Amino acid sequence: MTAQASLMPCGTRLHLHHGPIDLVIGADGDRGAAFAAARDRFATVLQELVAELPDLRAEMLADTSRPDGQIARRMDAATRDVMHDGFITRMAAVAGSVADTILQVMTGAAELTRAYVNNGGDIAIHLAPGQSYATAMASPTGGDLGRITIRHGDAIRGIATSGRHGRSHSLGIADSVTVLARTAAQADVAATLIANAVDLPGHAGIRRRPASDLSDDSDLGSLPVVVGCDPLSEAEVAAALACGLDRAQSFVDRKLIAGAALFLQGDSRMTGCRHFSSAQRRVELA
Amino acid sequence: MKRVARSEKIRCDACPVMCYIADGKAGACDRYANHGGELVRLDPLTIIDGTDQQLVPFLTGDGARDWDGNIVRADRPFVTAVGAGTTYPDYKPAPFIVSQDVEGVDMVTVVTEGIFSYCGVKVKIDTDRHIGHERDVVYADGEPIGHVMTSEYGSKMLSLGGVEHLTGGSKKEGRVTCDALLRLCNREAVELVIGEADHANSVVVEAGKAPIINGEREKLMRVGCGSAAIGMFAKQWLNEADEVVVVDDHITGVLSEHQAGKELDVPPTGIKILGRRSTPGRYFQVAEPGTGWGGTDIDDPLTILGPFNPKIAWPGLRLLMVSTTGEQSGYYELDDALLPQPAEMPDALRKSADLIAENCEPSVCSVLFMGGAGGSLRAGVTENPVRLTRSVREALTHVSCGGARAYVWPGGGITVMVDVLDMPTESFGYVPTPALVAPIEFTLRVSDYRALGGHMDQIKPVEDLARDGLRQLDKSLHDHDPMSHDNYRWKKTDRSE
Repeated sequence: MTAQASLMPCGTRLHLHHGPIDLVIGADGDRGAAFAAARDRFATVLQELVAELPDLRAEMLADTSRPDGQIARRMDAATRDVMHDGFITRMAAVAGSVADTILQVMTGAAELTRAYVNNGGDIAIHLAPGQSYATAMASPTGGDLGRITIRHGDAIRGIATSGRHGRSHSLGIADSVTVLARTAAQADVAATLIANAVDLPGHAGIRRRPASDLSDDSDLGSLPVVVGCDPLSEAEVAAALACGLDRAQSFVDRKLIAGAALFLQGDSRMTGCRHFSSAQRRVELA
Repeated sequence: MKRVARSEKIRCDACPVMCYIADGKAGACDRYANHGGELVRLDPLTIIDGTDQQLVPFLTGDGARDWDGNIVRADRPFVTAVGAGTTYPDYKPAPFIVSQDVEGVDMVTVVTEGIFSYCGVKVKIDTDRHIGHERDVVYADGEPIGHVMTSEYGSKMLSLGGVEHLTGGSKKEGRVTCDALLRLCNREAVELVIGEADHANSVVVEAGKAPIINGEREKLMRVGCGSAAIGMFAKQWLNEADEVVVVDDHITGVLSEHQAGKELDVPPTGIKILGRRSTPGRYFQVAEPGTGWGGTDIDDPLTILGPFNPKIAWPGLRLLMVSTTGEQSGYYELDDALLPQPAEMPDALRKSADLIAENCEPSVCSVLFMGGAGGSLRAGVTENPVRLTRSVREALTHVSCGGARAYVWPGGGITVMVDVLDMPTESFGYVPTPALVAPIEFTLRVSDYRALGGHMDQIKPVEDLARDGLRQLDKSLHDHDPMSHDNYRWKKTDRSE
């Protein structure tokens, strides 16, 4: 099956799909030109990635050589900044890097006031002066976790979310971690690492299995991924979130990201708070 | 136990990633999976039907903008829950942020199903026949799927499934377990083998039907053990027989030695039972377990008798031997050598045997689904899963499965048990994980729902549900009404909302 492009029923958004990649794209301005550019660039994206897939799935180490492809190089650059913070492969940046790449060809081909490329929650954003972008953070079941507003003046053009739910694998127990950064690729990698850090090593209520048991091609190899987590006490939730927040704060301090929101079992922590408005309310039952 | 060689991985050619997919697993896209060696499409998150969706073919190198000039209609639903498959494996998020215009922001709705990885069935089989020892392994299709639990009154209990068989063992074990659970829950007959090799028994279990044990359909469950039967029927035998032996695999009862006989002044008869005496008139282990008299392996009841004591017994002594279900009975009189000789059974004794049979209930298999509502399932109800647990505990929230009454286990979490016969037919499904998909409903007041952080904006009036294609059922067999006020802590007068 080759890459598919289709306008969504609203008529103003484009859906690009190929294999495991799904992009939903919006653009205000010369939409037709932007969509055509996105569609053309997308045609070869998956093939380019597949060509270097085994290397990209390998652990990122100091002596890892740089890849050849344009998207793979974006993945490499985003990952190199954080390779000493925890286990990481360049695949951690793939969704964001694809989003950044497509957005770049769109803004190069058309005058746009506002545009976004949403790659399954990893979003690359374009904002002309005076424009802003609002999005919602939702729980895996559709619950509202709050809003994110990004303005032209913010040094943020990428949003990414990582976590344990759905079918993805995480080394941590975070329900979700949403990160804001200069590019979607940077946000993507950081969200993965922060979500992995939200953890209580050795806790009996957290079940783990080797990633290779669950998915044969996993780039996590035999690392234990979380497959189940019992309800935790408030103190345990706080402890796990604190571990994740430490890593997030270190990324903020190193100016790798602008902010992060971490969610676990009804509790949350944030850094770079001014971008987030939380929907979390702590209502105690009588 | 035989092991089948692990089936081959298949190579998916749906896209250039060309994933090798092992049995039971999905590819990187989560849209294609290997199910028993076949490539199947999962489409878990299809939310728009193909009807009004336009697909535009991808035209490489085409700079034109004439999208509308080349529209094809999709022949299958179009996947819009973008997050659904979006991702390469391993790291990528599930779709937290989705693509629908809701209040001016990009939002996605994700559909979650009631998938129970932690689930199984408890089976109660009404039979006195031996089907296996406690802790014996229960097999289906050569794979271990559970074990024999306790013997209960007139019944044997099996525990089948559970997470360790579903996902803790080999892939085949998981798949076979899931399949057996699914069929049992959907009221199909499933053949099980209990125990190994020389002591293996075959049992066909079907909810609401009599079990078939080693090819024979069970009819009645015993009214009680042999000792209990003596207590219940002693008076009816009083003038019709001098001695009555009720043969049972667990406890064989003897009228003249039993407390009930003593109280009726039944004299000693010099009978000798070849078994381990428990208390007077009660004997364990008169024979091996089996499919003969009273759940023992004997076909001739006289084999459990030793010689009568010549100092006590007398020629012409009238002896009734009967099984605990009344299905087998024999009448004997002692000859001059004090040996029991078959004789025609007097009507009164015939009637007493029939009465025992009449008091035995039909033997059936009951299948209770048992599963736990995990955090993510509960999160589908509220933002704060533990609040749902508390609300159930406080009887503000009522749990039902397919409208049927569900027993909620005490303690943490929401672990429920429900009789599959109370549920609508075909209530259960499965996912290749493997895990069962079962309906579970949480019913509560709107005000309580709001208080526990429910997804208020998702509430739709029932009138708005499309009637077409909805399956309408009469009220459940047991007339359970999840909305009945009796289910809740609050009083009828307190009906706000």
